[in-house]
Amino acid sequence: MGMIKVTIDGIEIEVEEGTTILNAARQVGGKIVPPAMCYYSSLKGSGGKCRTCLVRVAAGSTKDPRPMPKLVASCSTPVMDGMIVENTSNQEVLDARKSIVEMLLINHPLDCPVCDQAGECSLQDLGYEHGLAKTRYEFKRRTFENTDIGEHVKLHMNRCILCYRCVYTADQISEGRCHGVIGRGDHAEISTYLEKSIDNDFSGNVIDVCPVGALTDRTFRFKSRVWFTNPMNISRKCENPKCCGKAVAWMSENNILRITARKDENNEVKEFICNTCRFEKKEITDWTVEGPRHIERNSVISQNHYELKPKHNFKVLENTAKQ
Amino acid sequence: MSKKLLLEHINVPNILGYEAYRSKGGYTSVEKALKTMSPDAVVEEVKKSGLRGRGGAGFPTGMKWSFLAKPEGVPRYLVCNADESEPGTFKDRYLMEKIPHLLVEGMIVSSFALGANTSYIYIRGEYMWIVAILEKAIAEAKANGFLGKNILGSGYDLELYVQTGGGAYICGEETALLESLEGKRGNPRIKPPFPAVKGLWQCPTVVNNVETIAATPWIVNNTGDEYTKIGIGRSTGTKLISACGNINRPGVYEIDLGLPVDEFLNSDEYCGGIANGKKFKAVVPGGSSVPILPAELFYKTANGEARLMSYESLSDGGFATGSMLGSGGFIVYDEDQCIVRNTWNFTRFYNHESCGQCSPCREGTGWMLKVLHKLEHGLGSMEDIDLLWDIQRRIEGNTICPLGDAAAWPVAAAIRHFREEFEWHVKNPKECLTRNYGLKKSTLEMSFN
Repeated sequence: MGMIKVTIDGIEIEVEEGTTILNAARQVGGKIVPPAMCYYSSLKGSGGKCRTCLVRVAAGSTKDPRPMPKLVASCSTPVMDGMIVENTSNQEVLDARKSIVEMLLINHPLDCPVCDQAGECSLQDLGYEHGLAKTRYEFKRRTFENTDIGEHVKLHMNRCILCYRCVYTADQISEGRCHGVIGRGDHAEISTYLEKSIDNDFSGNVIDVCPVGALTDRTFRFKSRVWFTNPMNISRKCENPKCCGKAVAWMSENNILRITARKDENNEVKEFICNTCRFEKKEITDWTVEGPRHIERNSVISQNHYELKPKHNFKVLENTAKQ
Repeated sequence: MSKKLLLEHINVPNILGYEAYRSKGGYTSVEKALKTMSPDAVVEEVKKSGLRGRGGAGFPTGMKWSFLAKPEGVPRYLVCNADESEPGTFKDRYLMEKIPHLLVEGMIVSSFALGANTSYIYIRGEYMWIVAILEKAIAEAKANGFLGKNILGSGYDLELYVQTGGGAYICGEETALLESLEGKRGNPRIKPPFPAVKGLWQCPTVVNNVETIAATPWIVNNTGDEYTKIGIGRSTGTKLISACGNINRPGVYEIDLGLPVDEFLNSDEYCGGIANGKKFKAVVPGGSSVPILPAELFYKTANGEARLMSYESLSDGGFATGSMLGSGGFIVYDEDQCIVRNTWNFTRFYNHESCGQCSPCREGTGWMLKVLHKLEHGLGSMEDIDLLWDIQRRIEGNTICPLGDAAAWPVAAAIRHFREEFEWHVKNPKECLTRNYGLKKSTLEMSFN
């Protein structure tokens, strides 16, 4: 694989051939990274659907420097040598992104005050940055029934933005997908066919990949706002060979309120965990505590107290876990 | 009188059967191609002919064929797109219903040119009876040695299958069609890669419209140079136009591209003028997705030139003052028709047919539908017209596949050319429920002489 040069918002970098514009931008980091609601680097085939990552290609390549006629989805367009990409430096791109956010929000219930995802929701962040203060949509929002899909997962279809991430997760991480998208157009919905429940060792990961509050943890339901909890890096030796055993415990006092996989600065899980770790090991004694979790992502939950030292002395507990 | 290349033998008795079709010179192109020509020579002839895709976009077919990747040891596929679902378009149905062997012959010649050993005709589920017609034609072709192993002793093998879709408009988009053909949900794929590189089962694939494929036997028989003699400029050959709406003679017509629009609309050979002595208000010249044109812009381009039925002439002036030839679904409106209601109806279709994969199309079409519903039922305001314009602008160009554009264009064109009619609906909320607004400026009196 050769290295090729690409310029994004005036910053020139060298990346491997075949890299997408989005991943090239992520290598630079910071403001020039387009937001992505559906692309998930660890899920093959994801991306291209939400259209929030649209960018302008001002020059296709050194060989063919013509600009691309339309805005392109940066998550699925590979870079070419000498490509010039405009993201935040192009007003047209920002306008288009604003349009997409508006479209995503017109049928969203905006029930953040009662949503467990609030504080770590990608749509919330996106709306905060690119959304309008007032909606222009004056009609009844479309609604679906809330359903429990499986023992641990709650589906709020009203909040869903149809990113298809959970479908890819079920295809690629867990065995035997039994949920998917049924219907089409604005009545398409995530559903388990004929009220079947999702039941396999890795089903809980759909909660982590969901960018909004459509799939939430039933064991954490209404327990706490995420910004009142303390995230701690924890790990254990999991019997399941496919599970990495590395997780984050969201704690209040000495209690684990919920357990999630570890997310990187792009809000993505690279190593998935099994349902036993996620739902059943809710005692701190089940785990080795590594220390406070640093939330790198720019979000509501990274705004306040996570960098503080934990209030409680976990040393004792750590020792207990090791025994 | 236009030359008939596709529909010439349509009225021959028993033309559905092999014997009658063969006696009229059927399958001679297969004999000529397989016995005397190389696959590349066939591609070259099609390139020379200037044949353009008849499904709507009008991309040169020869060029599309030459883009097909040909890696060693990987099968290639030809897929015929018979998922004709554009409102106003019913030409492929007519062709397959009346002369199925022409499509089968075209498929054999085209598959040979592309080196495909398995080809598919993907047909919409609503055309159930045509499936039987096509399968009978395929069986007859096979019985006579034009399909199967070692066709005509040339060493070339071909199997041809008919596959029905479930009746979704989106499956007419080539990558959604391929997904559906693979047995998956018919969502358009993210491009690149294009089907010419990774198509059906990740193998190089060409997807062509029924009419495009049906045009190839004539080109092989009579050479591409002869084909360019029909038509005008870069719009070569003949085109099937399915005419409907308020005209005296609705139906499917084969025209030489370049026919004056005035002649097509008003002569008794074709549409026969507007029905019931009404005045001509507007026309959608290429299926519901293309912009609607008011009468005066239809007859004459913005430069004052007489408009012709060709790819270039109909799109002259861009979307500001022009439209597109599209798939040839020619819908005519007389003075009594309400453009707001028509736009609402089209939008309802696109809202229903959106696959729901990408956000602007999924949410935007529903939003436009609700705003149009308000306007049509006398509940709208002037701001709603601007809002509608803004929504369509936000959908266009931002979607995965052209369905978003197809939903946005008719709305944009209706507001662009018939804004007064939208405003009349706002100002006369009661009247707009009971009568339509005949817009004077667009109803010209014109007759063919």
